[in-house]
Amino acid sequence: MAEGTTGSGSPGDGGLPPAAAHALTVLVGFARLLRARGAPVGGGRVLAFCQAAAALAPLDTGRLYWAARTTLVASRADIDLLDRAFEECFGGDGAARAFIRVGGDPEALQDVAERLAAELPLLVAGVPVDGEAPDGEHGATAAGLVASATEVLRTRSFAELDEAERLAAQAAIRRLEVRLPTRQARRLRLAPGGRRLDLRRTLRRSLRTQGEPLRRAWRARVTRPRPLVLVLDVSGSMSSYARALLQFGFAAITVGGRAERAAAERASQDRQVRAAGAGRVEVFCFGTRLTRITRALRARDPDAALEAVAASVVDWDGGTRIGDALERLVTRYGQQAFLRGAVVVVCSDGLDRGDPAHLARQMARLSRLSHRVVWVNPLKGDPRYQPLARGMAAALPYIDVFLPGHNVASLAVLGEALQRRGRRAR
Amino acid sequence: MAERLATVAYLADEGLSTAVYLALALQRPLLLEGEAGVGKTEVAKALAAVLGRRLIRLQCFEGIDSGQALYEWDYARQLIAVRAAQAGTLTATDLFAPEFLSERPLLAALRAGDGAVLLIDELDRADDEFEAFLLEVLSDFAVTIPEIGRVAAAEPPAVIVTSNRTRELHDALKRRCLYHWIDHPDLEREVEIVRARAPEVPAALAREVAAAVGRMRGLDLVKRPGVAETIDWAQALLLLGASSLDPTAANATLGVVVKDHEDAELVRDHLPAVVAGGQPGRG
Repeated sequence: MAEGTTGSGSPGDGGLPPAAAHALTVLVGFARLLRARGAPVGGGRVLAFCQAAAALAPLDTGRLYWAARTTLVASRADIDLLDRAFEECFGGDGAARAFIRVGGDPEALQDVAERLAAELPLLVAGVPVDGEAPDGEHGATAAGLVASATEVLRTRSFAELDEAERLAAQAAIRRLEVRLPTRQARRLRLAPGGRRLDLRRTLRRSLRTQGEPLRRAWRARVTRPRPLVLVLDVSGSMSSYARALLQFGFAAITVGGRAERAAAERASQDRQVRAAGAGRVEVFCFGTRLTRITRALRARDPDAALEAVAASVVDWDGGTRIGDALERLVTRYGQQAFLRGAVVVVCSDGLDRGDPAHLARQMARLSRLSHRVVWVNPLKGDPRYQPLARGMAAALPYIDVFLPGHNVASLAVLGEALQRRGRRAR
Repeated sequence: MAERLATVAYLADEGLSTAVYLALALQRPLLLEGEAGVGKTEVAKALAAVLGRRLIRLQCFEGIDSGQALYEWDYARQLIAVRAAQAGTLTATDLFAPEFLSERPLLAALRAGDGAVLLIDELDRADDEFEAFLLEVLSDFAVTIPEIGRVAAAEPPAVIVTSNRTRELHDALKRRCLYHWIDHPDLEREVEIVRARAPEVPAALAREVAAAVGRMRGLDLVKRPGVAETIDWAQALLLLGASSLDPTAANATLGVVVKDHEDAELVRDHLPAVVAGGQPGRG
């Protein structure tokens, strides 16, 4: 980590010419700012940044920017972050020009790069990658801080996060491994640990050993992904949670899309053949009405999608009609391949304005049609919570898995729960 | 760099040319991400042409393993050799001689060193295990083949890695690479690109087509058309004898640009606006 190479008592700037020392402070300081904002900037990246700056010298603002962008950022999502930090550090009042005048000459930059390159192994050696048992003073604190910040983020409720934390939480959610639920399909494929003998292949193989079937080939049944349907409550009280769940949906769609493509590609190869609706992810939103937002989520940033959905819901008075929304889901989409045999995740606080009996009827239909119904209720994150709201109580008998989903950690649990086999595990 | 790339009809903006320059200067792999059809693969081709190097392409797919990427022993020939030598003596050293080794892209690139541009295409299609393996190769540009010994590149080849972002690549790999996100080009640049790639297309048509595609990207499409589609479309229109873009011609050739049924319907709904300009409605 380059944490120790700048700031007070840094081991780096001793013996450097003033220009280089200045460059070191500014460049590393910029990288640190970026890391503080949540971009994964490690020591290697900082070094690459300084090397890039040196390689592009003589610098101008544009070159400095592109040096930063090609080395410090590794994902499109972080580009915004960089742009803002760059504007802060080097924008306005010719701050970039001022820096370049003092510390921007090629020699100084070269010095910085060399100094960093020489010290990086030492600094890195002091900080084990997993952040455990650190002995180097400088890196240790940094690694510890990052780890604990992530931990806090995992367990804080979405409703309590500020904007920056929300962004970090979103990134964490997107990294969650969402495994699509699977079912066993009929098709057999070659598998070393399979139970059925693949005679044809065994025979072919036996030709290699003078007709002795020494090496046998086995087949096993393939598993195929089930469709996943997310139904999200976007009414006022739920918005911060719905946002997080949309990110979750986004992660699921990415996985689903990949499974679909992979299955399609392999279709010709006698392996996993794509069944109707396999690996599909559908996302719906409701306040008082049900809106299908799968398309919006595929093409755009989930935040923008949520805003678009929010704008389209006119009657925002905090009222939620879950029963009506589910009725529409079942009648309109029940015949389509993606709802039958699917895992349905409903996210709502269960504060329903409609008739509980109606909700119960729709839940019953949904539970018959689908493979499993998961209900995510952020209120359940509070240990004192009891599902007493009329709507929630009415829906409860038809729910297979009841989860809180109010923070990153519990969404991770949701990601695992989706895949678990066996039904009606309440 | 931009100028040099332009000589092979690849028009790069400042960011991309800087990234390419840095990748060469710092001898680091360059990771390119962007939507399909923005010219990620073309960067490597253009770079190879500019530098006069050989382009070695490794197309990734799910389940790709080191045997397909690095080297494989030629088992059939080894078996024949065993048969042929059944009477005589044949040692293991003879059997694992270099002539039985079939070279795959990564090994080829290591051997070629700085005489090659290595394109690792669509890395996101490969699985994690392959990524880890690749990381090893890309970090020291050397591999050890147990039977033969170590093969190291004297000078590392230029490496371009592309990803369509169907999944996030592993951080360790990203850390090794410089990163650049390629966006859809703006109108002026896209017109230039069409003109450079398809000089037979008249300037007016190129502009109309580029503008229409730009407006299409503003619609809420599942698959937004890339630059490649713009070029194809301009050529298709030219082939049909259209000298300008009108709704009828656009409708007839829409399949060249929009390759998804729902998208096509959406575009058809907005066709006059897309073709003629003005504000297309949101889908």
